[in-house]
Amino acid sequence: MADVLKKVPVREQEPKVRAANFEEVCLGYNQEEAMEEASRCINCKNAKCISGCPVAIDIPGFIKEVKEGNIEEAYKVIGKSSALPAICGRVCPQESQCEGKCIRGIKGEPVSIGKLERFVADYALEHDINPEGPETTNGHKVAVIGSGPSGLTCAGDLAKMGYEVTVFEALHELGGVLVYGIPEFRLPKQKVVAKEIEKVKELGVKFETNVVIGKSTTIDQLIEEEGFEAVFIGSGAGLPMFMGIPGENANGVFSANEYLTRSNLMKAFDDSYDTPIAGGKKVAVVGGGNVAMDAARTALRLGAEVHIVYRRSEAELPARVEEVHHAKEEGVIFDLLTNPKEIFVDDSGNVKGMKVIKMELGEPDASGRRRPVEVPGSEYEIEVDTVIMSLGTSPNPLISSTTKGLETNRWKCIVADEEFGKTSKEGVYAGGDAVTGAATVILAMGAGKAGARGIDAYLKNR
Amino acid sequence: MYKILKAEKLADKIILMDVLAPRVAKHCQPGQFVIVKMDDKGERIPLTICDYDREAGTITIVFQEVGASTTKMADLKEGDAFRDFVGPLGCASEFVNEAPEELKKKKMLFVAGGVGAAPVYPQVKWLHEHGIEADVVLGAKTKDMVILEQELEAVSGNLYVTTDDGSYGRSGMVTAVIEDLVQKEGKNYDVCVAIGPMIMMKFVCLLTKKLGLPTIVSMNPIMVDGTGMCGACRLQVGDQIKFACVDGPEFDGHLVDFDQAMKRSQMYKTEEGRAMLKLTEGDTHHGGCGNCGGDN
Ligand SMILES: Cc1cc2nc3c(=O)[nH]c(=O)nc-3n(C[C@H](O)[C@H](O)[C@H](O)COP(=O)(O)OP(=O)(O)OC[C@H]3O[C@@H](n4cnc5c(N)ncnc54)[C@H](O)[C@@H]3O)c2cc1C
Ligand SMILES: Cc1cc2nc3c(=O)[nH]c(=O)nc-3n(C[C@H](O)[C@H](O)[C@H](O)COP(=O)(O)OP(=O)(O)OC[C@H]3O[C@@H](n4cnc5c(N)ncnc54)[C@H](O)[C@@H]3O)c2cc1C
Ligand code: SF4
Ligand code: SF4
Ligand code: FES
Ligand SMILES: [Mg+2]
Repeated sequence: MADVLKKVPVREQEPKVRAANFEEVCLGYNQEEAMEEASRCINCKNAKCISGCPVAIDIPGFIKEVKEGNIEEAYKVIGKSSALPAICGRVCPQESQCEGKCIRGIKGEPVSIGKLERFVADYALEHDINPEGPETTNGHKVAVIGSGPSGLTCAGDLAKMGYEVTVFEALHELGGVLVYGIPEFRLPKQKVVAKEIEKVKELGVKFETNVVIGKSTTIDQLIEEEGFEAVFIGSGAGLPMFMGIPGENANGVFSANEYLTRSNLMKAFDDSYDTPIAGGKKVAVVGGGNVAMDAARTALRLGAEVHIVYRRSEAELPARVEEVHHAKEEGVIFDLLTNPKEIFVDDSGNVKGMKVIKMELGEPDASGRRRPVEVPGSEYEIEVDTVIMSLGTSPNPLISSTTKGLETNRWKCIVADEEFGKTSKEGVYAGGDAVTGAATVILAMGAGKAGARGIDAYLKNR
Repeated sequence: MYKILKAEKLADKIILMDVLAPRVAKHCQPGQFVIVKMDDKGERIPLTICDYDREAGTITIVFQEVGASTTKMADLKEGDAFRDFVGPLGCASEFVNEAPEELKKKKMLFVAGGVGAAPVYPQVKWLHEHGIEADVVLGAKTKDMVILEQELEAVSGNLYVTTDDGSYGRSGMVTAVIEDLVQKEGKNYDVCVAIGPMIMMKFVCLLTKKLGLPTIVSMNPIMVDGTGMCGACRLQVGDQIKFACVDGPEFDGHLVDFDQAMKRSQMYKTEEGRAMLKLTEGDTHHGGCGNCGGDN
């Protein structure tokens, strides 16, 4: 008999094997395993897990259906709150959200809510179970900018309410960070992302790729010339930051966005695609978030020896626990409490090494985390040919600078209220990373839902 | 899909195409560019907008076959289509937003090298339509490589054609022509706009710095998204780092670090060589060319 204090283990590709391919790492539960894991849920009356989920999925409700083998019913329960469950089940930081609140977690391991959600969603994708769309449209046109999780969710919710929604996307593929940032081995593009987007299409949402709002057209023109009555901005926070240290423009220094975009969006890892990538032989990834883990594990799969260079200690790594664990298993080396000072460049302009310095943790800073300070005289050189900067991103000013009357704060984030996504401009709503700065998929989805509620209320009361 | 309405060979390995892209045609300005992607597996290739017809909804591009992607693109015919065509990207040339009275007072010199004629053309044409006649130096390696001469002739003040080998027009590099115009032929210019290969822009800038002639260049670093998301296109301009795709592509040429920019353009040399070989020799190429070092 299995230990009820422990999660039913999930099958994964062997670390050695997966470190050399781009197939998905986690293989997920089968129905038997899912039903067994579901039976660990005690169906709490006052279910704490729900309060940990930003879109408040009825977690005991769907798990109860799984327990009984009614997977289609379980999908319907999830579908009431989330349009992208196959994605969230894979990439949510469950340990700090739903599972972090699960009562089972007090004595043992929490219920594996994310993996169960993933199982249900994958079942629905495989069995072509679709969410229910509206009977008729109400004739009101709404534009959504950006096809990341916030835009997709807002569009899906509005379509369900009967609105005619068009999503405008700057890139040639739909999905935002889900397609250009998060790697295939964590979130399969065809099998999962494209299929979940297909479900949003089935609700009647139209998509136009290759339209950069602020360049190809503007928000004001969408409203004045194309008859859109309201606009939701879900344009993300895609602008990469660099450190400003010497040598940073050398060949071989990339933003994580560039490295990941080449590999994920442009599929440079696959030889039959035309876009090149210089994978590197010895790679330093600077940073400790999800993005850094993804860049490191991508470089590893492209054949490099990879070091994560992070200025704080392991406890402060902002990445999901599962990603750090996977990265270590696959052989990524962690150089903690270490910070770059300078990148050395050879005569042809290529990276040949990096000077780093040891750090120690001092007093807590504004974020509550202990501030890293340099240990004087502890500089040393590491030999690398590639440096990937993964220091965070900020919102792109393209939209705010071309839209009259749209207020932003000093981090260039669009100012919008949390409940309805309302901005300073009438009829314009916003949410996701464009408002909060880089955050999470599920928070972006929550903001998309809020925006849909806001737009619905606005258009009904007009 | 974005349909190709016309495909024409202007010179050896230089192709002109008119592409149906109404959103781009409606909003573009001189100085801006597009990114095209041929098919599912294609690269995103930035190309300057050479001309536009707002009514017909078309954009004209002119490109040179320099590597695997542009060579494949050259095979596209009238009636074919690009999978993706996005734009207009980047900022319009500065003069587009200048007060017309101020602009009319300026004497402008455009310098176009090779396919640089393509991005220069819409700028000179725009000025012409606004009653300003700018002088143009049009340079090419040899007579057969001179492109858009008639088109430029129709919209420029004086057009000075020069070829490196002297087979047509004046003889020698564009820099020699600029020097002659300013120093021997008594021309006075307030601003120079130089567009062409990076090495040409570098030497034009070295010269115009000496001549005290403010110079704008259009930079063409390696790009991926073209929307400010990746930083591949970053350049050192004075003491700042700029992203060419959103802050440019035009910059003060006297501030650009050309040597660094040229090194950055070489970034994918080996990979590109391999891609080209794969294209010309098929998938069977596995080393032995001394270029890519084989499969590892
Ligand atoms: C590498 C990486 C790994 C991550 N891992 C995780 C994880 O494991 N778990 C997690 O919860 N979160 C993760 N995140 C964060 C998460 O992906 C984001 O918080 C989330 O995608 C934000 O969603 P969004 O809809 O606000 O924006 P995005 O997903 O950024 O989508 C914005 C879209 O808008 C488009 N756009 C931008 N400007 C314009 C314009 N002017 N016109 C038209 N379209 C425009 C963009 O091209 C993009 O497609 C990760 C992020 C990255 C980069
Ligand atoms: C803003 C801008 C405007 C441009 N306008 C024109 C134009 O009007 N006509 C024209 O012929 N060319 C133009 N170019 C250059 C053109 O994009 C490159 O020639 C093309 O991408 C080469 O691709 P390839 O695969 O055929 O060659 P490759 O063999 O891959 O590369 C040859 C050289 O082209 C450059 N290059 C390669 N990939 C890219 C890329 N993704 N982005 C930019 N440069 C790259 C590099 O310097 C490289 O050494 C422009 C570039 C930029 C950035
Ligand atoms: S959406 Fe995310 S937070 Fe909510 S239940 Fe699913 S995995 Fe947990
Ligand atoms: S808190 Fe845990 S045990 Fe309770 S309902 Fe939620 S998932 Fe089930
Ligand atoms: S091309 Fe990616 S930021 Fe300019
Ligand atoms: Mg190429």
